[in-house]
Amino acid sequence: MSPRLRWRKFVSGFMLTMTGVCALVAVSVLFLILGYLAVHGGASINWNFFTKLPVPVGETGGGLANAILGSAKMLLLATIFGVPIGFFGAIYLAEFSGGTVAFVIRYAADLLNGVPSIVIGIFAYSLVVHPFKQYSTLAGGFALGLMMVPITLRSTEEFLRAVPRALREAAMALGASKWKTIVSVIVPAAYRGILTAVLLAFARVAGETAPLLFTALGNQFWSPGWQQPTASLPVMIFTYALAPYDDWHRQAWAAGLVLLGLILIINIVARAILSRGIAVPRT
Amino acid sequence: MSVKIPPIATSTAARETSAALSMRMTISKVNFFYGPKQVLFDISMGIATNKVTSLIGPSGCGKSTLLRTLNRMHEAVRNARLEGEILLDGQNIFTQDVTAHRRRVGMVFQRPNPFPKSIFDNVAYGLRINGSKTPLAEAVEKSLRHAALWDEVKDHLHKSAYELSGGQQQRLCIARALAVEPEVLLLDEPCSALDPISTAKIEELLVQLKDLCTIVTVTHNMQQAARISDFTAFLLTGQLIEFSPTPQLFTTPGDPRTEAYITGRFG
Repeated sequence: MSPRLRWRKFVSGFMLTMTGVCALVAVSVLFLILGYLAVHGGASINWNFFTKLPVPVGETGGGLANAILGSAKMLLLATIFGVPIGFFGAIYLAEFSGGTVAFVIRYAADLLNGVPSIVIGIFAYSLVVHPFKQYSTLAGGFALGLMMVPITLRSTEEFLRAVPRALREAAMALGASKWKTIVSVIVPAAYRGILTAVLLAFARVAGETAPLLFTALGNQFWSPGWQQPTASLPVMIFTYALAPYDDWHRQAWAAGLVLLGLILIINIVARAILSRGIAVPRT
Repeated sequence: MSVKIPPIATSTAARETSAALSMRMTISKVNFFYGPKQVLFDISMGIATNKVTSLIGPSGCGKSTLLRTLNRMHEAVRNARLEGEILLDGQNIFTQDVTAHRRRVGMVFQRPNPFPKSIFDNVAYGLRINGSKTPLAEAVEKSLRHAALWDEVKDHLHKSAYELSGGQQQRLCIARALAVEPEVLLLDEPCSALDPISTAKIEELLVQLKDLCTIVTVTHNMQQAARISDFTAFLLTGQLIEFSPTPQLFTTPGDPRTEAYITGRFG
């Protein structure tokens, strides 16, 4: 073997090892986090954790049921508020707008996507909390919904655009109006992608803390209705982890595990949806 | 100047033949532009009822563009502009409602493009969006039979259309177009993505279908035009060079350019 060939083989082997190690590090972070959360929080997860209110410092037991319910309520509001706006906005963007208008909308959505979540929090605070002098579930849902709009909008648009032109032509040639074509062909052809996008947007905001600090604040008790300060899992994690009590630390770990578990489940559901139904084959 | 009825054919002999035919569509002095670029020049021809008419010519001659104007598909293209008149049963198609017109003039495309739905739902699509009153199952069966696909798919109508072979998919697209009972069926190189056996099936099908509707097909395959069509139009660089009954165009072409093309000297 010539020295040149030997050198090339060495470089090839070296690079292969390097890229492999980097890939390994990338995925091992996820498993490290999962393992760490399981070790520290796993023991605190029991039936009480899901059903009981937090207890005062010093008492053992208790749970974060109010935070779980609070998160669920605010995520529901966020989805009801954010997803339709993102979805219909995407239909306009992908099917009806062109040129400058489309460029401006797309650019603005991308910028909004990049706005730090704490800024979204301050914005929601000044818009819905400050005028009513009231932290509330509604305000928290609004802030999270705001974050869902650009994520849903841009990814839905991508999926709508990916529907082959041939399908639009087929519908048109059968006498379908533009609107009929969208409703009966384009959206059904893209729905699995759209649903996945919505679930990922949901998972993304489920872990947001900063916007909720300004809008839902937090609560050690239940928050009946929609107009009171509301506990949520991320804010609970934030508060409990900073407190100097071991009991609270364990609860925070457990809450982290529950949150991560929720997001993992959503991802798995999204995958499952993707593998069902009739997909447009790639050409 | 008096208004001339556009001749069905460019040759005198053909005009005599065509005198007895009724015209489903009449294309009259059509000029077509993409932006500043003119792609069709002063095209006039007739589409005979219940006959197969083929448009042939080399790539880029405008045959697909001409076909697409017949059901106004060109209107989806930005900057496309058409001058002239196209009549369907004596009425100007451009004054009709575009969706209503497309129900009367169906289209099948170069590549099979079934919807990501079941076989049944593909065929039923046109009926559903038109709110048709006919029982769907019967209409779907009828269309699939017309497209010579029924026997192959009757036991799995609810499977995905994408599980069919390319040739079956194309016949499914024909069935889908036939379901709304169009008066005219346009086919844009319907066999160019298919193998020879599938092609033969579709050719045979088209010849049978002319009893049902008027057929216009674009093909770059001259033998195919010769095999299936009653009339053939030869286009070159956006102009209609010759339009005659098929046997005449292929045996005694009236224009040296037609002869050059069909004998394979270019194209």
